[in-house]
Amino acid sequence: MERKIRVLVAKPGLDGHDRGAKVVARALRDSGMEVIYTGLHQTAEMIVNSALQEDVDVVGLSLLSGAHMTLFRDVTDLLKEKGMDDVLVVGGGIIPEEDVTPLKEAGIRGVFGPGTPLEDIIEFIKGNVKG
Amino acid sequence: MKDLAERAVNGDDRAVARLITHAENCHPDLYEAMRIIHRHGGRAQVIGITGVMGAGKSTLIAEIALEYRKRGKTVGIIAIDPTSPFTGGALLGDRIRMSRLTMDPGIFIRSMGTRGMLGGLTGAVYDVMEIMDASGKDVIIVETVGVGQAEVDIIKIADTTLVVLVPGLGDSIQTIKAGLMEIADIFVVNKADVPGIERTMAEIESMIDLGHRPGVRKTPVLATAAKECKGITELVDAIEEHREFIVGSGSLPDRRRKRYEAELVEIIRKRLMTMIFDEKVFREKVESLIGRIEGKETDPYSAAEEILDGLLK
Ligand SMILES: Nc1nc2c(ncn2[C@@H]2O[C@H](COP(=O)(O)OP(=O)(O)O)[C@@H](O)[C@H]2O)c(=O)[nH]1
Ligand SMILES: [Mg+2]
Repeated sequence: MERKIRVLVAKPGLDGHDRGAKVVARALRDSGMEVIYTGLHQTAEMIVNSALQEDVDVVGLSLLSGAHMTLFRDVTDLLKEKGMDDVLVVGGGIIPEEDVTPLKEAGIRGVFGPGTPLEDIIEFIKGNVKG
Repeated sequence: MKDLAERAVNGDDRAVARLITHAENCHPDLYEAMRIIHRHGGRAQVIGITGVMGAGKSTLIAEIALEYRKRGKTVGIIAIDPTSPFTGGALLGDRIRMSRLTMDPGIFIRSMGTRGMLGGLTGAVYDVMEIMDASGKDVIIVETVGVGQAEVDIIKIADTTLVVLVPGLGDSIQTIKAGLMEIADIFVVNKADVPGIERTMAEIESMIDLGHRPGVRKTPVLATAAKECKGITELVDAIEEHREFIVGSGSLPDRRRKRYEAELVEIIRKRLMTMIFDEKVFREKVESLIGRIEGKETDPYSAAEEILDGLLK
């Protein structure tokens, strides 16, 4: 049996919009992945706990801006702390150009701004997920 | 693999999660782990929950889990959603309603796709149950979407099966048609806060009365409003009552034997499927037979015969 890529899609922070996250979640599903959608208002701890129980290969974060930088860093730090640094972390949303580098430094390996074709996100995940 | 199993038995969530992944992927060495796992299992109480999409099963499970936590029990949750037969992908959204459980170390939630089981329970569900059981979870709750075979299969694994309905037209009629009457140990009418609840309750109760024989346990019907945390204590009491009933009447061992039978059949089925379809030799054989069926040189029955002959000799 082939193994399937499992992705946790989470919406950290307090804002209440998850349309973008849902669109991406559906696209990933349609590309053959198993997508665990956790809904709104997730703390870093909740995201990492869910990722651990679901044993996902990828955590996809819906980002609004680099303003949540500490939150993303909390996610990657916690993953590292639990020995889960092989989990690929990606983020997408309305991200100002100047936030991209700090996000990548924080361990968000794929950063996708608005208008990124969904295929690019799928390609990136398939190409970068651990073997 | 053995090391993973030992860690899982000691309650290491990371090991539990990884072992479940191996079970889902049908890892060839899984059996090494499952030998150890099986020795440590068999204690957990298993509750199956089925019903149409949107009935509030996930919301209800969150409330039931919290109630069991209050009663000092640890809880494992297996939430199964359909895998798309076309893409093989799945959108697993049950955790949305279980957010409040995420930070509780006494609760472990796993979402699963059905992965090609043609509407049935996912083949790995038995393994996942055994793993959670061996890891020390007292209560295991399995959620399946009520379509096709899954809701009938669930009685093979659960000690207590809940069928969740909602107020509204035709629901109870559909239920009789779908053969759900027989599988329910408890009926739950959720969304008791919306209009029409009394009527639906009455409909189901009269349906039960119709089929009821004296001296046989009568299936209880309970109303809940999961979203407003109403009726949950009563529901968990009813689950416990049913549990006592099957223990008292001596039918728990029968239910367990049924589960082991289903599990055994599933393992054999998987092994045979792998042998026929995954191993290179057989794959080639199958391909060539398909070609011959297409060219009318043979027929599907004779072709199947040929494959089985090859397996059995
Ligand atoms: N009015 C009402 N809505 C509910 C109740 N329980 C769940 N829901 C809602 O029903 C929808 C589906 O719930 P969910 O638990 O995901 O259903 P599932 O598909 O059966 O797992 C959600 O919007 C819930 O908020 C209830 O008791 N009353
Ligand atoms: Mg659900």
